[in-house]
Amino acid sequence: MPGMAAILRLAALALLLAFLLTPQSFAPLFAPLTQYGAPPIYDQGNLLTLALAHLGTVCCAAAASTLVAVGLGILVTRPSGAQFLPLSRTLVNIGQTFPPVAVLAVTVPLVGFGEKPTLIALFAYGLLPIFENTIVGLQTCPAAVLEAASGMGMSARQRLLSVELPLALPLILEGIRLSLVINVGTATIGSTVAAKGLGEVIIAGLLSNNNAFILQGGLVTGLMAILLYDALAGLERRICRTAHLD
Amino acid sequence: MALTVPRLRRLDPLGALLAVAGATAVMFLPFVIFKSNRVVPGDPRGLLEVLPAWAAFACQASLLLAATAALGVSNARVRLGAALLGVTVVALAVAAAGDALTPAGNKVVRVAPGAGVWVLLVCLGLLATDAITRMRPGPGRRVLFLAVFTAAAGLALAHGTFDHLSVMREYAVNADRFAREARQHLWLALGSLAAAVVVALPIGILCHRVPRLRAGVLGTLNVIQTIPSIALFGILMAPLGALAGAVPLAAALGIRGIGAAPAAVALFLYSLLPIAANTVAGLKRVPRAAVEAARGMGMTNWQVLTGVELLLALPVILTGIRIVLVQNIGMVTVAALIGGGGLGTFVFQGIGQTAIDLVLLGAIPIVALAFSAAVVLDALVEVMDRARQ
Amino acid sequence: MISLENLTKQYGATAVVDGVSMVIERNSITVIVGTSGSGKSTLLRMINRLVEPTRGRVLIDGADTTGEPAHLLRRRIGYVIQGYGLFPHRTVAENIATVPRLLGWDEARIRIRVAGLLSVFQLDPGAYAHAFPHQLSGGQQQRVGVARALAAEPAVLLMDEPFGALDPIIRAKAQDDLLDIQRRFGTTILLVTHDMDEAFRLGDRVAVMSHGRLLQYDRPAVLLTRPADPFVSRMTGISDRAMRLLSLTTAGEAALPGASDGPAVAASASLREVLSELMWCGAESAAVMDADGTRRGRLTIAAILARGRPG
Repeated sequence: MPGMAAILRLAALALLLAFLLTPQSFAPLFAPLTQYGAPPIYDQGNLLTLALAHLGTVCCAAAASTLVAVGLGILVTRPSGAQFLPLSRTLVNIGQTFPPVAVLAVTVPLVGFGEKPTLIALFAYGLLPIFENTIVGLQTCPAAVLEAASGMGMSARQRLLSVELPLALPLILEGIRLSLVINVGTATIGSTVAAKGLGEVIIAGLLSNNNAFILQGGLVTGLMAILLYDALAGLERRICRTAHLD
Repeated sequence: MALTVPRLRRLDPLGALLAVAGATAVMFLPFVIFKSNRVVPGDPRGLLEVLPAWAAFACQASLLLAATAALGVSNARVRLGAALLGVTVVALAVAAAGDALTPAGNKVVRVAPGAGVWVLLVCLGLLATDAITRMRPGPGRRVLFLAVFTAAAGLALAHGTFDHLSVMREYAVNADRFAREARQHLWLALGSLAAAVVVALPIGILCHRVPRLRAGVLGTLNVIQTIPSIALFGILMAPLGALAGAVPLAAALGIRGIGAAPAAVALFLYSLLPIAANTVAGLKRVPRAAVEAARGMGMTNWQVLTGVELLLALPVILTGIRIVLVQNIGMVTVAALIGGGGLGTFVFQGIGQTAIDLVLLGAIPIVALAFSAAVVLDALVEVMDRARQ
Repeated sequence: MISLENLTKQYGATAVVDGVSMVIERNSITVIVGTSGSGKSTLLRMINRLVEPTRGRVLIDGADTTGEPAHLLRRRIGYVIQGYGLFPHRTVAENIATVPRLLGWDEARIRIRVAGLLSVFQLDPGAYAHAFPHQLSGGQQQRVGVARALAAEPAVLLMDEPFGALDPIIRAKAQDDLLDIQRRFGTTILLVTHDMDEAFRLGDRVAVMSHGRLLQYDRPAVLLTRPADPFVSRMTGISDRAMRLLSLTTAGEAALPGASDGPAVAASASLREVLSELMWCGAESAAVMDADGTRRGRLTIAAILARGRPG
């Protein structure tokens, strides 16, 4: 079975790369979906550039959310920040009921069109899963391990860096993976507010009634999301295995 | 005679943060934005400019009261009361500003809450949330809070308190469509959920009984969840369009490449994983002893499944349904992009016309719906979990 | 030598540990016993300041530890807890090297120390140094826990229910190992347990605690023969106190001059074991043999029984 998964993974990656690098060679496949001689392959921009811009936006936002969310998660699990813990948990729960699209839509009027609202919405929405998983990860460190760490004379900082964070790492990574995958989707919608990304392809298809464009945009983002999810899940498994945290 | 000197309590750090943010908002941010018509840029107005002196003073006094409670009172009920007083006062002040700035009979001017109001509402909302969290209300009380708040907001809206604010102006223009799109929104969210429950529950039971299937089936459903919603909508449009073209009956049933059909199918597909996975997790949690005992007493397989296993797994399955419902309410928004209707129509129209009020007309009810669904279903799960113990 | 002076811990109005003073001799094993909630763990944790005392002070070799930064104090005191608290993300060798690394030892010294400890604790360095804790059995994890606590050569070792998670057979082995380690390194050990058998088996001296107070602190035999408090006699057990007393003395210590044609017993066996053996064989006396096979003397049933009476 793992062999099968590896083959599928490689095939998906190969397909994605082939399509992004030589989109025109797929034209015959998409031609039946078009009407009245419309172009079968997106022609209003370079697909590879769009995909890279899309990925760039998503990763920038995720990096910022990771920094802030992990920092806040550490803060509210220290004795000095403990009184903010119940509130932050409630806020995370409430925040997760906000649809990402609504976050995006509400950001536009505040900062205008373009990359900015998308980045802000992705950043804000990406905070939640990482923050939640950081808190859970730090709070579920076995009590005996923490007791032993203090008992051996580790300072609070040493304990955090060399025991608590390494033990919480798999969960934090899972949070980052969830937020990246959500972001890939939300960034698509960012194209409705003029952010550069693969959403452009789908929107263009919707506007010109070109099913081929819609399918291309959908397939590329879908493949990207799945590959990203899969790659990060693999990384988590590897870290867990080398650190024996299963 | 010794005087009892009140001991200076240590300042509440969260309260201090909120008080400073709120005070800054009142002093430096515009209270409302005034536009002489829908398209011109807005003109910021402060609290003192739009309300009579006594009203502005009363408003500031109430906010000062709330800030004091936030800073120095540790009783959660008092803090909640202060926060709710603040929210009411701010809401009424904005409504009053709308009335004051709108000449009688004028339907062109737009008065929208300014950044100051939004910041104040966020601060007061945080204060209230913190107080409610500290009070640890049970499931019944939480639903009651929600009901009272909804009723109060509903009454104010029905009474026309906010009619002169720009969001309500947008509503007045779109009232018929709003009702239709809201119905469509709920219909899509709940319909796809119901269909998913019917399909995913047996899938979950099957995966529980046949462990060999588990990894493959749940893995496939997981892959579907990973595909961004707009992408899945797009991918589904082509085959559904082809189906409608090839099978006239399908077309007659309303299945088309564009519109509600691909949205409903996509939402249905997204809903499968949380319900199936939680059914498996819930059934796994059922104590073996209970199942053995039921078998030992002579229950049939079907009786064991419905009378013991599913009953005991219900809270976990319901958690899955809660996840799906909240997720669907949010995702239906995107359906508007492919002509599926729903409240997202206003959001994307608003984005297209750079009309924030139209965006809010769609976004506020969506968030309120998702939030209410989460509160109610969470309460239900908790009640069931308690009943089990 | 550790001196506890009027050590007290209060949470609100309740004193969890109430004015405990005691002196723990160097190179000995002292066991603190008590029921759960007696304050014995809190007392132990005040010595390495995982719990800050409300009142009183701890002196190690005459020096007051109150002013010393807690984390530096802890690095020179070994600490073993129930469940061991091994770091799951680190190998056995890395776990053992924790405190030496904190103290900034150079890598070569750490490597030598870790390899030495692994062989002392019967863990083949080749097989176990790079294993992870979850790959070890319960008994092996316990040994790594003790090895880790001893890594930086602390003069004092605190142990909080260190054998609580082990099954009886492995526990007996671990207790023997501990006695061996204590003799080998000369560490001063302070051990907390609720198991009276363990206390009598390991303790040079035993302290009995109840409701935060130290009721009696003496040699095990004194606890049995002259209990200071009804609670102490309940803890030590009334129904089998004679047998307990017998188990405190070895055949070698009690051997009388002369020969016996009865069964041969080891000088290290307890009188309780010798009595049991005599009853089983139906003999009146036993020959006491040293480990090297030379005859030490003899023991009669009457002589053994006389040892099971107070005074």
